[in-house]
Amino acid sequence: MFSEGDIANATVELLRKTVVKLPKDVEDAIRKAYASETDEVPRMQMKAIVDNIDMAMETTTPMCQDTGVTIFYVAVPRDCRVDVAKGIVEGVRRATKEVPLRPNAVHPITRKNPGDNVGEKMPYITWHMHDKDFIEITVMTKGAGSENMSQLAMLTPSQGLKGIKEFVLNTVLRAGSNPCPPTILGVGIGGSSDIAMKIAKEALLRPINERHKDPEIAKLETELLEAINMLGIGPMGLGGKTTCLGVNIEYAYCHTASLPVGINVQCWCGRRGTVRMYPDGKTAYLTHEG
Amino acid sequence: MAKRLKTPLSEQDVRALKAGETVYIDGVMYTGRDEVHIHALEYHEKGKKTPVEFKGAALYHCGPIMKKEGEKWVAVAAGPTTSSRMNSLEPRFIEAFGPGAIVGKGGMSQATVDAMKKHGCVYLAFTGGAAVLAAKGIRSVSGVEWFELGMPEAIWILNCENFGPVTVAIDAHGNSLFSDLSVKIKENEKKARAKLGLA
Repeated sequence: MFSEGDIANATVELLRKTVVKLPKDVEDAIRKAYASETDEVPRMQMKAIVDNIDMAMETTTPMCQDTGVTIFYVAVPRDCRVDVAKGIVEGVRRATKEVPLRPNAVHPITRKNPGDNVGEKMPYITWHMHDKDFIEITVMTKGAGSENMSQLAMLTPSQGLKGIKEFVLNTVLRAGSNPCPPTILGVGIGGSSDIAMKIAKEALLRPINERHKDPEIAKLETELLEAINMLGIGPMGLGGKTTCLGVNIEYAYCHTASLPVGINVQCWCGRRGTVRMYPDGKTAYLTHEG
Repeated sequence: MAKRLKTPLSEQDVRALKAGETVYIDGVMYTGRDEVHIHALEYHEKGKKTPVEFKGAALYHCGPIMKKEGEKWVAVAAGPTTSSRMNSLEPRFIEAFGPGAIVGKGGMSQATVDAMKKHGCVYLAFTGGAAVLAAKGIRSVSGVEWFELGMPEAIWILNCENFGPVTVAIDAHGNSLFSDLSVKIKENEKKARAKLGLA
């Protein structure tokens, strides 16, 4: 069965893969964007991004120096007896030294940096239980440049769909060059203030080439993406065709008197990684196969 | 051939640069972000000397990943951080210390553009997230100051060769690629709003 040591090992490997190589859907979108840019300045920006992706893979080096804070989503079997959290915390500590990751996690007020990316509620873990026999660990290494551009709006129900569109567009305009465009947007509609932000981030776990299963939401994703890419903010906000690589929306039912909308902004470096650990000791890195 | 810039920069070097140009940097660059700005300005107010000389220097908005190999530090990944976080401090920093170039990403405020024009400084934009490409332009790390601020916030002394490409995004004559573009974006916004059925 599982041990804390196995979980720590898998966490180190998962973090290494996640910061070094992008999931295929994101990398494909970046290469496509590079091919579509025709002007010199955006082409140079996209070339630097593509070259950097290649160099990171060749040298097993983190693509970006901001290796983020570690946000985990974990699904465990109902009869799981192992302390998965302990294994993950140990994995984060070790990965900080071994990969290495930048020690980013600090006390929010004293700004003291323990140097190992571990502190109160960090790594942050969201738990699920499932009726399978494997443990599935997903991580997002979320950088601050884009995270800092995230927004929550408590709209009124009368503002409706137009209000949502307006809020998304204004968030992109306000963020401008800051979040390292081309960005990916995770949008959470409904729920409550916390749920909207939570599902906005979880929306970023879906590959950007997959549309929402509800056709109306899928249509909104495509419409918003096309509109954002008409703005001309471009790669790194220096102008160009590609401002956004993808818009992923999730929704939740909400109170009849509210319409919360959360937007989680992700830079071009849309890092996410998933590992599955089976009881026979096998592991599969689903986002980083091959 | 793209232009090569050798640090420290003279005012003449700085004033010769034009917004839109592509350049590569040779020589020493100092990293400095939020905490370095705060601390350096505190030192300045108290009349204390900072551990490095910023006059004519290239200040890099960067919190790198560094690794110690034996006694030496090695830059693993060293891309730029979001410069706008330093907007409230940069005009004072430029006035107090007279750096020749600020290297970062995302651009800076009008007050910074004005300070650059007045005191002779440029803003060089490097591609955000391109941290391995950046590290390739860092030949060696000759030291670190204010290490107690933490790895991302310390002053790292970087010896660079052919660091880039960087784009002169704000020159010392008041021109900014970002402000030029914002006029176009305002125009484009109308089309985007129309597409979304917004008035």
